[in-house]
Parts: sequence; structure tokens; C-alpha cells
Amino acid sequence: MRLAVLETEKCVGCQLCMFACSRRQNEAGLAKSCIGVKSIGGMERGFSVIVCRACENPPCAKVCPTDALTPREGGGVHVDLEKCIGCGHCREACVIGAIYWDDEINKPMICIHCGFCVNFCPHGVLGMEKKKEIEHASK
Amino acid sequence: MQVNDPLSNVLYIDLSKRTFEVKRRDDIFERYLGGTGAAIKLLHEECPEDCDPHGPENPIIFTVGPLTALFPLASKTVAMFKSPHTGNLGESHCGGRSAVAIRMAGYGAIVIKGTSDIPIYISIDNKQVHFRDATTLWGMGSFSSGRVIRENETGAGLRTIMRIGKAGEKLISYASVISETYRHFGRLGLGAVFGSKKLKAVVVSGKSSLPVVDMKQYRKAYNEIYNSAVKSPVMKKYHDLGTPENVLPLNEFGGLPTRNLKEAQFEKAEVISGESLAEHYLGRRLACSNCPVGCIHIAALREPYEDEAYFYKTTMISYDYEPIYALGTMLGMNSAKDYLRLMDRVEAWGIDAMSAGVVLAWATEAQEKGIISEKETLDVKLGWGDVQSYITALRNIIEQPNEFYTALARGIEHTISIYGGEDFALAFGGNEMPGYHTGPGAHIGTLIGTRHSHLDNAGYSFDQKLLAKEEKSPEDLVDILVEEEIWRQILSSLVICFFARGIYSPELVSRLLNITGFDVSEADLDRIGREIYVEKYRFKMREGFKLDDMRIPKRIFETPSPIKQLDEAYIRKALEHVKEILAQEGVFQN
Repeated sequence: MRLAVLETEKCVGCQLCMFACSRRQNEAGLAKSCIGVKSIGGMERGFSVIVCRACENPPCAKVCPTDALTPREGGGVHVDLEKCIGCGHCREACVIGAIYWDDEINKPMICIHCGFCVNFCPHGVLGMEKKKEIEHASK
Repeated sequence: MQVNDPLSNVLYIDLSKRTFEVKRRDDIFERYLGGTGAAIKLLHEECPEDCDPHGPENPIIFTVGPLTALFPLASKTVAMFKSPHTGNLGESHCGGRSAVAIRMAGYGAIVIKGTSDIPIYISIDNKQVHFRDATTLWGMGSFSSGRVIRENETGAGLRTIMRIGKAGEKLISYASVISETYRHFGRLGLGAVFGSKKLKAVVVSGKSSLPVVDMKQYRKAYNEIYNSAVKSPVMKKYHDLGTPENVLPLNEFGGLPTRNLKEAQFEKAEVISGESLAEHYLGRRLACSNCPVGCIHIAALREPYEDEAYFYKTTMISYDYEPIYALGTMLGMNSAKDYLRLMDRVEAWGIDAMSAGVVLAWATEAQEKGIISEKETLDVKLGWGDVQSYITALRNIIEQPNEFYTALARGIEHTISIYGGEDFALAFGGNEMPGYHTGPGAHIGTLIGTRHSHLDNAGYSFDQKLLAKEEKSPEDLVDILVEEEIWRQILSSLVICFFARGIYSPELVSRLLNITGFDVSEADLDRIGREIYVEKYRFKMREGFKLDDMRIPKRIFETPSPIKQLDEAYIRKALEHVKEILAQEGVFQN
């Protein structure tokens, strides 16, 4: 199972998912959030929700020079902070910008597809899905 | 509060020198929590007595609260300043992303003083304040300038863009500041204070971690509030139709000001009701940061090009109860489309919808009565429901081509000092009236409220819930209103949205504050609220406010309200009682 953005058009920009992600990590605020919501050129046009899509054969892992990123079973990547040298190549390789950055330790923060944020999306934008179903649902 | 909480960081910015510094002000936040409490303390410190609201010494103060970015619905920013509209206490609240962005940038308050020699905008992040040349943006509407700044600055998704339109630049005394396209510091002219400082916009962005005392308790309390907000009936009305849900019930109650309050019921209320707008126009819903309710309703207005067949434009326009009243029923607007067109202009030009509507309503009646002629209006024939005449007049108010429009640009109180017509000039304490002619609670509430807003003490609500059932003496009514206003000082010091007042009880507030490191009991909350209320009145009296001098427009007695117990003697007794309450706190008018 992986986290999926089921219907971006329903997003109202409340950002509750971002705050939920922080709390899941026993954090308060937004510094550690691995999901982001921003308007598409102004609130009148709606929002995009940016979070790891759990690519098959993920480009972020491919470019990691120290093998700190390894694909997880079921989607997403695992980050080995010991191995990571904070080079930022993974961030550049992700075309949707879903690799967030922990400025404190200078290392990437990537969604682990735990699904905690789904419980705090009041409008059904987020959900947990098996990979196949999502590809059919996306626009 | 926690020692490492960035809340007590106050960012001081000087636009004249283009410098900034950050000071820890634990003293303020420990004592007044944040929001309106911290703001009134800072205003006393920063605003010199009798200062010119347009002068460099008038401060713009933004504050947020300890619960902001921690708990849902604590996402308002309080702005305080000396109002160019009333010449007295200026206070206005705005949602959107403003509060969370300020808190996440690492500040509890931002104080802006000085005046720039050229148009500028400032961009604030966790580390820096950038002063940017806004010469090219000057004269631009609020939509376009927002668009340009959005492209120019970083921090998408984590920022607020607070900007003015032309009304602020032209110093209209009821110009607004707009954030996130559809939210506003609407009332009392913050936009003109921006304009006088040549400040086009303030962008704030950031992300940071916040300390809590007990993570487990924090997460538990968050869930409790989230569940209340999503499931409880107390927020349902905002969740469904939004604030325009009030249109039809108020109309039926007979308290919906119509055509400059010549009537209190509007025969076309159905057309601009929340129900009708939702059915025919609602195109999108939006929420402030960390709000599970999402009360912001945006209409999609699809219109053909005037001169080209099969070409259409679609404009997204926000609607709420108060603008529907001021630009709708007050102007006899009998088409939703026309109301939306006028609202769109109000938004782009950045003017307070409520004051603008009431000013236009007064002007329409003044022209009807022959107090002013087409000589003053420059050939505009103002007519109830005639949207084109209102758009033209509003443009003239902003451009001020003659003395009449220059007067209107300073509001009703100023205009009647030149042209007369005070009996039907619907301003209270110098601020144009809100959309309630429900009875004594509504009118006394706005007269005695510290910012002359219906949200100070919700008098309109006491009319409907209390006075509709039993009579109250003026003294008892004032006691109820003042108690409500004192509690609201706590809510707005924590910058909790008033729509969530049904969830945030004193017990819950005290518990949440304990989780965030404030040792505050329910009794303390009452004491702090009272102190903030008194400090605001102290500022008002310092600047020459007099309860004895309050003008009461005769119109409110001429047009029957649902609660009959309304006459001038009743109101004067109420005002006397406020003086007694304040005297007990050592506050006297000069």
C-alpha cells in the first residue's frame, strides 16, 4: 500500500496533512513535514499536493552516490541517514519536488507511506491504494 | 511559556532606514499570551500620542498566538495600528496563511514603522528581511500584484502575501489589506497605513519546529479538537453554506438592513442567499491553514466577452455574509451576478466591502433626497440595484476627482460633517455599520465595542438568542456584552477563529496553554482578558474617544427592528453604564 493523491481538485488548501506528518514524527510545526500543499498560481486555481509517488525504480535512489536510498517493498524509498552525505542529488532527481529537506541535519526527508495524514484529510484528497488502482485514478 | 518557543521573538522593521532587528519579548507574551493582547501592549509602546495615522511613527503591528501552527483553527493574524478611518484604535483580523506563516518564520509579532521614499515590498523569512523595489507594482490591483510577487519569491505553500490594491495607495481611509487573494484585514483602514508607508506588500514564509511540553498530550488534544471541528454541530453552518447561511434567517427575522436601512427586509434576499449562491455559482472551497472546516466560498462567474461571440471568461470571486449585506441588500442589488461583479472590483481595488457598501448606500439616499446632486456625483445617477452606477462611483471614490468623492473616500462620519444627512448616516464610533438591525444588542454592541465591530461582542447574537425571549435593562445588556468582549480578548489573543468559539471553552483553552508551556488557569484567563479589554479602552481614551460624544443615527429608530426595546434613552443609559464599568478600572474619558 502507498499513499496516493486521489483527487487534487478536491483539495481546499487546509494543509492539515502537512501538520499531521509532523505529529506522526513526534514533531510540532512544519519543519519535518514530508508532504506539501501549494496553490497552482493563486488560490483561485486550486492546489497541488506534493508527496512521494512511490515510483517503481525510483530516480532518487538511482542517483544516490552512497546507496543511502533503497526502494522499499510496496513503494517509496528507505533513507539510511548513516550512509547519506547530504549531497542533494536525490532532491534534484525528483521531478515533482517530493524530496523535502531537513535543514537541521542537511539530509532528505521522504514520505514513508504510513498513511497517517490520510486520517486528517477531511475532504478525501488523500488515500491509501494499491499501486495499480492509482494509475487508473490519476489524471 | 517554553524557553525555546520562537513566539516571543518580535521582528522590528524600519522602512525609513531599511533596517530590522529581533528582540525577545517574553515579558509581553508571558503576560498577554499573544494576538490582540500582545498587540495592544506593543501599540502602547510604539504609537506616540496624537500621532498622524499616515505618519512614519504610526506602527503596523502583526501578532499571532501560542496555539498557532500547533492546533487547528488558531490561524488568525491580528493587526493593530492607529486607524486613519476613526483616528483611534485600529484593529483588524485576517486568516488565510498569514498566521501560520508568521509563526513558522519564527516570530510572534512583527512591528513595521517608518516610511519608504519609493514603493517597496518586504519579504520576510526565517533569517532575513529583504526590501524590494515595488515601483512597477504601484497602481496594480490586488490580484495582479499577488501574482507577480508569487512568481518572484520563494516559499510557495509556506507563505502569506499581504498586499494592497489601489485604494490603499490612494489612502482611502477604509482601504483593506488582502492576503491569499480572498482573505482580508478589512476594517479600519490598514490598507491606507500600508499606502502611506509606500508599502505595497509584506511576504512572510518559513518552516520551523515548535516546542511542546508533552508530545503525547499534544497529539491527544489535537485529535480532540479536530474531531470536534469535523463532527460537532457547532461548526456545521460554516462548513456547509458558510457565513451567507445567515441571509435568509436574518431576513425572516426582520433584521437584514436593506437600502440604507430604510427597510430591514429585502424582497430579493433569496437571490443573493447562501443557498442560491451555492446552487448557481459556488465553484471552489478554500480553507485557512490548519482549518478542517474550510468556510471560504468562491463563486465562479462565467461571462461572455462584451464584443465577441463564443468567448467567455470565468472569474473566481469570494462571497461572505457581510459583503452580501453591504454590497447586496444595502444597495438593493437584486441580481447575484451584479453583486459578484461589484465584489470583484472591491477585491481588486482593495477596499473594505462593508464600509464601501454603507458609504454608497448613504450617497444613494442623499441623492434621492436632493442633499447632493449630479454636480457632486459627476453625473452619476446612483440607483438601488444599478451595479454600473456603483462601480463608477467606487472608481471615483478611489480616484477622488472632486471634493465630494474625496469626502466619501474618508467615510461617512467625515462626509456628513460637510454635507449633512447624519440622520441616515449609518456609522457607529466612526465605523460603518455591520449587517444587523436585530435590536439594541447589535447597535449598542458596535457602539461600545473596542473596534466598533459586530465581532467585538456579538450583540446581534444576543438580540436573537436572548432579547427575543426576555427584556433586559440597558445595564444588564451592557454587562453581558462586556463579559463577552472580555472572553473574546482571550480568543483573539490566541488568534482562535471566532467561528470556533463553540469548541474552544475556557477549560480547553487553559489545558492547551498548559501543553504549550503556559501556566494559566481559567481564572487567570478571565483576569488577562479583562486587562486587555481595559488596555484597549485606555488607548482609546488617550486618543480622545468619548462615550458621551457617540452619534446615534436616527434611522435605527425609524426602521423597526425585531426587538422593539430600542430607543435613544435606552442606548444613552447603556453608554453611561460602560463609563461606570471603565471607571472602576481607573479608565476615564478626557
